[in-house]
Amino acid sequence: MACNSSGCESGCYDREKENGRKIEESAVADGVKESVCVKCKCNEPMTFGDGGSDDGRFCAECFRNNVFGKFRLAVTSHAMITPSDNVLVAFSGGSSSRVALQFVHELQIKALKNYEASRDRSLPVFGVGVAFVDESAAYPALSTEMVDAVSWIRSTVTDLSPPAKDLHVVPIESVFGSDSIEARDRLVKLLDSVSDETGKEDLVLHLKMLSLQKVASENGYTRLVVGSCTSRLASHVLTATVKGRGYSLSADIQHVDARWKVPIVLPLRDCIWQEITRLCHLDGFDSLKTLELARHPQSGINDLVSSFVALLQEENPSRECTIVRTAAKLTPFYFNKIPETDDACVPLATQRRLKKFNLKYDGSMTTEAFCAICNGPINGSDSSDLNTFEERGESDALYAACCSSCRFQILPQDRSSLEQFGSSLPHHMTSQVNHHHKVNSQAYLREKIKDCLILDTEEAI
Amino acid sequence: MEASEGKSKKPGASRLCCLCNQRRPVLKRPKTLQQICRECFYEVFEEEIHQVIVGNRLFKSGERVAIGASGGKDSTVLAYVLSELNRRHNYGLDLFLLSIDEGITGYRDDSLETVKRNEVQYGLPLQILSYKDLYGWTMDEIVKMIGLKNNCTFCGVFRRQALDRGAALLKVDKLVTGHNADDIAETVLLNILRGDIARLSRCTSITTGEDGPIPRCKPFKYTYEKEIVIYPSLLKLNFDTLTYDIRMLISRSWTTSPPNVSIYSPNAYRGFAREFIKDLERLRPRAILDIIKSGEDFRIATTTKMPEQGTCERCGYISSQKWCKACVLLEGLNRGLPKMGIGRARGGVNGDHKKETKKPPASAAKSLESKQCGSLDF
Repeated sequence: MACNSSGCESGCYDREKENGRKIEESAVADGVKESVCVKCKCNEPMTFGDGGSDDGRFCAECFRNNVFGKFRLAVTSHAMITPSDNVLVAFSGGSSSRVALQFVHELQIKALKNYEASRDRSLPVFGVGVAFVDESAAYPALSTEMVDAVSWIRSTVTDLSPPAKDLHVVPIESVFGSDSIEARDRLVKLLDSVSDETGKEDLVLHLKMLSLQKVASENGYTRLVVGSCTSRLASHVLTATVKGRGYSLSADIQHVDARWKVPIVLPLRDCIWQEITRLCHLDGFDSLKTLELARHPQSGINDLVSSFVALLQEENPSRECTIVRTAAKLTPFYFNKIPETDDACVPLATQRRLKKFNLKYDGSMTTEAFCAICNGPINGSDSSDLNTFEERGESDALYAACCSSCRFQILPQDRSSLEQFGSSLPHHMTSQVNHHHKVNSQAYLREKIKDCLILDTEEAI
Repeated sequence: MEASEGKSKKPGASRLCCLCNQRRPVLKRPKTLQQICRECFYEVFEEEIHQVIVGNRLFKSGERVAIGASGGKDSTVLAYVLSELNRRHNYGLDLFLLSIDEGITGYRDDSLETVKRNEVQYGLPLQILSYKDLYGWTMDEIVKMIGLKNNCTFCGVFRRQALDRGAALLKVDKLVTGHNADDIAETVLLNILRGDIARLSRCTSITTGEDGPIPRCKPFKYTYEKEIVIYPSLLKLNFDTLTYDIRMLISRSWTTSPPNVSIYSPNAYRGFAREFIKDLERLRPRAILDIIKSGEDFRIATTTKMPEQGTCERCGYISSQKWCKACVLLEGLNRGLPKMGIGRARGGVNGDHKKETKKPPASAAKSLESKQCGSLDF
């Protein structure tokens, strides 16, 4: 019905037209009897046989260049990696992070070549390190495979030199302290006290990010590269929506997320899963499939959403992109760009590009409060009902410092176990609680005395 | 006695309603999974809706409010609950039921019967407006004219406007519809899936069209569909469970397209979304409310460009084009060119030949037996 109206927005007409064109194209191809890549028009196109819409259209080289082009565009247009940086690639062993590692490696080789060729050698080559988080403490089922996995990771990383890359294998319990046995105990206790399956999964994910941040800042890295692809982000958009995290969602899906001590960058944000797997197939990359399987229990909201997105993608191959594009239209936060402290280090070309893409950041909508557990920005209306908790104990402060989603799926519901839960949280999270309190009260005080303050700008006048 | 009950149930299950702690629980509340008794269910169900109405200031005293009544479960329960709350809390509303009759033989008979019974039961006046009243054509007449193909276009376009037109005709201040939390959560998801950021920003608002002539509101915004089904079954309200099924059957028997057409339809994901929400609810009942909360919290810049909303030059109804879709279709019907307005614009009213069609030809004016829609006070 909608398709008949002239204002149809579903694109069915366009699709029809496209189908027509495709048929024409294939007819032409049949006529020539010899199919060639639609881009370079000379090589034989690759067929992957995965049922993708553009299967058999590009040759291996053009396909690869296309995906790499998306990666490079993301990196350069958002100033993700600059010559002075020291980049840590989060490598889980999965296909996406494998591709991210490969691309960063290629970028580094190119930078090295340029460095060696240039006369003045003014631009240094950025450094690359690799981090792998050992989750066996959180998922005991993994512990048997972990030894093999780590040695596989190690050999993969060694294969990628020169330039040499440091490999950091981080146990997830390291966020609790250096004593591994005690830390492990605390982790197990913490996870046991979360009753919701999805909540537990998410908590492990947050802890994983914390351990990556920890190793990055301890070893002097300035960027953390995470290989999340479009498909992964599309699932995240829907899970966040389903968990009531609509406010903080726009912080998670931008190319850059600098709310952490070491800014996180997502250079593969614009590549879909199918492209990633095809690329792995082309380049003969292995991935740690066994680890992937063991990590994900087949229940919970996250898995339901992933299968829903997979179904949608099957029905319409551009659905994942549409989902991510929709969410990307939500107003990002002030921290969704690389902080401008080292202005001189951002090459001129990048500055121009940034201008060209005209990325808008709404400075006026800044929030200062972040959830103590998931580090998501907290909506003002959420924290407003917390002032009632002001004069209570520590456990209430924890409750107050969390977003409504974490309160529901991660925090224990009764007060007595809440206190215990708070005590087993990593130090970083609990310090966030106190910080949250301080920020709140400071903001409150500032608000009160606002009209008595002389602002810098006023003074100038 | 308690002991014997305890044996028949699972050990550890609470034997008393967890709200009043007095009576035996008869159901697990879908929204919270609390085990509660019948009396407490009525109370929380009605009280929540009351709080939504008061908290959002949906009505002002003395307003004339039309309840869009299809005869289905949502609108029937809405009519009952609103009339109860109006009496109990002295909203001071002039409530009445507004039903639309498409004029399809056998299609609305049952549901209109239900609405008529509701009129008697709840003491609410009922107004039935037919497509004949509103547009001058019944659906049966339209089908006779244009055949089995494309008639859904007419029915759909006319239905979308019918409530507003009817409400304008009857001079009401507000229109309430029975959209429930599941419907709104589905809309939020669909808008994300289809990339419609503008609609995403407004689809969760409880009142829409406030700047228009007749605001619409949804008192069931936070009410779960399951609870709407439970409510009348405990109360033995009358409603037409078959409405939906019959509608589906008839539209299917009318359509001559091949049966597998829906697989290629661009809107196939709509069905997936509904199923998905049901699955989510099973896993975590709170998810529906969370989706609505997300929809309300999305950071959408206030400068987001909305689809331009103009008014139809002919009838004054909201329209993005010169004439609204219903007027275009109607014009086609009245001029004996029923294909007008179907498919891509082929130089219709809103296309290149505007000037030509601006003045309705004499033949069209003649065949307009009933009022032109231009006579409405929008």
